[in-house]
Amino acid sequence: MTTPLTPPPRKDPLKRTVSPTQPPVIRSRAALGLTAMAAEGRFALQTCAECGAVQYPPRDACSACLSTDLPWWDIAPTGQLLAETTVQTSVKQYFRERTPWRVGSVQLDAGPVVICHLHGDVAANARVRLRLLLDRAGQGVILALPQERTDHMADDPELRLMSSDPHLRRVLITDARHPFAPDLAAALQTAGATLIFAGEPENWLPNPNRSALEAAGAEILPLDVTDTKSVERMAGEIGGKTDILINTARFMRPGGVLARGGTGFARDEMEVNYLGLMRLAQAFGPAMCGRTADGVNSAVAWVNILSVHARTNTPGFGCFNASQAAAFSLSQSLRAEFRGAGLRVMNVFTGPLEEDWYQPLPPPKVTGPALARSVVSGLRDGLEDVWCGDVAKDFEERFCKNPKVLEIELGQEMGE
Amino acid sequence: MKRQSYDGVVLAAPVTIPYTRYSTETAHYWIARALRETLRAAGLKPTELDGFSVASFTLFPDTPVGLTQHLGLSPRWLDTIPMGGASGLAALRRAARAVQAGDVDIVACVAGDTNHIDSFRKLLSSFSRFAMDAGYPYGYGGPNANFALLTDRYMQEYGATREDFGRICVAQRANALKNPHAVMKKPLSLQQYMDARPISDPIALFDCVMPVAGSEAYLVMREDEAIKRNLPFAHILGTIERHNAHIEDPIQLRGGWTVDIDELWEMAGCGPDDIDLLQTYDDYPVISAMQIEDMGFCAKGEAAAFIRSHDLTVEGDFPHNTSGGQLSAGQAGAAGGFIGLVEAIRQVTHTGGPTQVPDARRAAISGFGMINYDRGLCSAAAIIEGAQS
Amino acid sequence: MTDTLAQFAVEIASGAIRVVDLTHTLDPDFPVIILPPEFGQCARFRMEEISAYDHRGPGWKWHNIHLSEHTGTHFDAPSHWISGREVPNGDVDEISVENFVGPVVVIDCSAGAAKDDDFELTPEIILAWEGQHGRVPTDAWVLMRTDWSKRSGAEYLNMQSDGPHSPGPTPEAIRLLVEDRDIRGFGTETVGTDAGQGAHHTPPYPAHYILHGAGKFGLQCLSGLDQLPPTGAVLIATPLKIKGGTGSPLRVLALVPGGET
Repeated sequence: MTTPLTPPPRKDPLKRTVSPTQPPVIRSRAALGLTAMAAEGRFALQTCAECGAVQYPPRDACSACLSTDLPWWDIAPTGQLLAETTVQTSVKQYFRERTPWRVGSVQLDAGPVVICHLHGDVAANARVRLRLLLDRAGQGVILALPQERTDHMADDPELRLMSSDPHLRRVLITDARHPFAPDLAAALQTAGATLIFAGEPENWLPNPNRSALEAAGAEILPLDVTDTKSVERMAGEIGGKTDILINTARFMRPGGVLARGGTGFARDEMEVNYLGLMRLAQAFGPAMCGRTADGVNSAVAWVNILSVHARTNTPGFGCFNASQAAAFSLSQSLRAEFRGAGLRVMNVFTGPLEEDWYQPLPPPKVTGPALARSVVSGLRDGLEDVWCGDVAKDFEERFCKNPKVLEIELGQEMGE
Repeated sequence: MKRQSYDGVVLAAPVTIPYTRYSTETAHYWIARALRETLRAAGLKPTELDGFSVASFTLFPDTPVGLTQHLGLSPRWLDTIPMGGASGLAALRRAARAVQAGDVDIVACVAGDTNHIDSFRKLLSSFSRFAMDAGYPYGYGGPNANFALLTDRYMQEYGATREDFGRICVAQRANALKNPHAVMKKPLSLQQYMDARPISDPIALFDCVMPVAGSEAYLVMREDEAIKRNLPFAHILGTIERHNAHIEDPIQLRGGWTVDIDELWEMAGCGPDDIDLLQTYDDYPVISAMQIEDMGFCAKGEAAAFIRSHDLTVEGDFPHNTSGGQLSAGQAGAAGGFIGLVEAIRQVTHTGGPTQVPDARRAAISGFGMINYDRGLCSAAAIIEGAQS
Repeated sequence: MTDTLAQFAVEIASGAIRVVDLTHTLDPDFPVIILPPEFGQCARFRMEEISAYDHRGPGWKWHNIHLSEHTGTHFDAPSHWISGREVPNGDVDEISVENFVGPVVVIDCSAGAAKDDDFELTPEIILAWEGQHGRVPTDAWVLMRTDWSKRSGAEYLNMQSDGPHSPGPTPEAIRLLVEDRDIRGFGTETVGTDAGQGAHHTPPYPAHYILHGAGKFGLQCLSGLDQLPPTGAVLIATPLKIKGGTGSPLRVLALVPGGET
């Protein structure tokens, strides 16, 4: 039975904050496929396209027939625990600081034997369910869990380290004016976040979200991502207790290049969506990176809410999408820059939202509660890429199939 | 096809350079020292050596090719053996056939590694691709965790207990106390074994080898060369080698020896009962237990009972790892794949000194190496016999 | 004439003439005019460090600033409004510089504005003021004092669901000042020369429409009008020389007779 986490005591100001260390980071190119699958929460392994043999560890040729065609297929995440050990000492500092560390040998129903992390509630010789998760090096690893849910399951120390669970953590929603900010705050409150900060730009303007945010327990603080000083001031105040940052700051207007007839809105879009992200990262990033090993409420994740069209543009919102592409590109740089500290960057890609700027677009659209669910579950699962809503999922599938075809199709939708 | 015998090829000039826990020196240094000693025993100058076989993990960026220039050798036959705990036996097999074919006259088989303060961690981190991808990210227990998993399964499967493994370790420590060069110098009781600090359950401190710096060497040559040089020597009765055996076993409860064991005894013309001492590869006691079974000294799963009913010390009825083995003498990298063979050559040539088993004539040696991912991939074994004068 | 300027300098130095700053500090949080979101928006004042005695420039500190022509205390040129687009020399860089220094009168509407956010300056109020202080001089700046500059944050823009609520002139009042008194320009303490609800007049935004159509100027976001006498002061308002500019942030100063004014 997992011991439930308890709210950590206030920090002892005389104690040095533990520096983040990392589990092993180096992988072969083939093994990075595990990481790619884990980033999206898939349980997939290389499977021989010719003979169907499932492979593990990842490799370059089938160990059954020497075929080199080894696509990644989703496989049954179930297996049988064969043996287990609890590592009590390790030459790797990351594990040394976290022992005892339970490890198991599991035979997958799909065939291969995997050495994997072992949830504390798994009984000896039990049937297990497996998940591919990102560890604090940002690499895909396998964790075996009990088949059935157990009490406080998410509080297992190994699982906790691989997730970005908002439970007992402090969250900053950077723009309280985002139409879905209240839904996010409510979902985070339900998920057990201990403090929710909501940044509000231009407090000289009314904010229709105020009362809903306050009802969800959010504390509204002045924060304008277009103003470096404002961002620095807020990072100075709460940067040391921001465990999860959810960047909801967004400026958007419809229109492609020709429809716009100028660069004014585009500049605002870049100012908020791209430079705003950069300002936040420069102000909050270092403090968060320094606190990724800070106990129960350690800094753990950075969340960007992006349009799926960050990946492939469509002229209806062509200029806005370009700013999303810039933000997406920046998020990849950030992800690499944060990885050394174990701070995870999660991008939540959405289709059109159920709100004013997408009002003329046909359904389906993403509602506030749906976005909030995606963010919270993505954090719990420790994902890097989340596709929120039917439009986003459809987009991703098409993108994976053929990005060029998707580009052409999206361009044609404009003419309809 | 029946395998050709090793008639006319012998092993001589066994050398162990005393191990040290840490060394500021390099693998080159340790290899040079062992090579020098084995050549001196045979009255050879470095330039006269025409065959050189090297096993080492810490030579980087050099290979044995670079070593020839470094050490002033000019061999016509050069080999490198990357097989860890099976390297001593693998080196023997290759060198013996080359000598037999006349490609080379004398091969110096040398293994040596240094051990800097952080070199064990560094060695682990670059050990193999599967270990890097699918082993170390899981607790980074290294071989400790791998063998803990095997031990856990072995205990479940065959009802062996920690005490059974403890008996192996305790007997080896008793042997080591006779070996002045063993790194471990204090007696070990079964209670101390049981009470030791846990490392990776069920493995505790005395189940683990201590990484050290050191080197081992021996020579392979024609029998007439050995006689000419007045060297005590041993005949090779039989050998086997197998890699990645039993692919279908989900967890390793047996090694590659089981595939070829009948051939080994047939070639040697004797059986387990004719053996005076056994040298197993002992990075963990579970793997020694497995070798006792897989080499045919008892049935599968009965090693625990076998250990309980035998005395594994030098004076005992089943002398095992007579120099203390790696568990008590230390694991000097690739030299850990040589320690049993070199000690066996000493034993059957009656040059064992304080650890000598009285009247030892025939020895069985088994090697096991390279935890590539979840199991050791290389296994090898040999039966050697001292030349009786 | 030389003597006059020398005397002027002496009087400034002695305090006989006071120099009063009528300018708000350029601050990222200072409100700007808000239009419906599908329209282009006025940029907020933003300042980014180029370097601050650091690796980006070890011995010096400087900033890049970004703002609109109409951010903070600012000047409106005739070309700002569609009614003024044909006015000759209607851009800030074309306006002859004599226009930037001149007499100023202040009509105090602060009592009314304190009671009514939508307080309006009417011809009646102007005529009553003239009854007390004399006719508004030709080619003078006329400033509408409301003490609105003492407000800040949400109170300043006072945005409601039907738009902002702040005082301003009626079309008739502006017509009187422009057509009958031929003033130089009109200034306010609010975010625009028009009332917050000025869009509902005919024409919409009458101050902008009528002033600029007649080649007159605007000043807005002024502060400290309570320090000016109703008459007798001189205003210095010199917009930046922006090519083709329709307005400009600026430092507005008033020269006020010293002593008990």
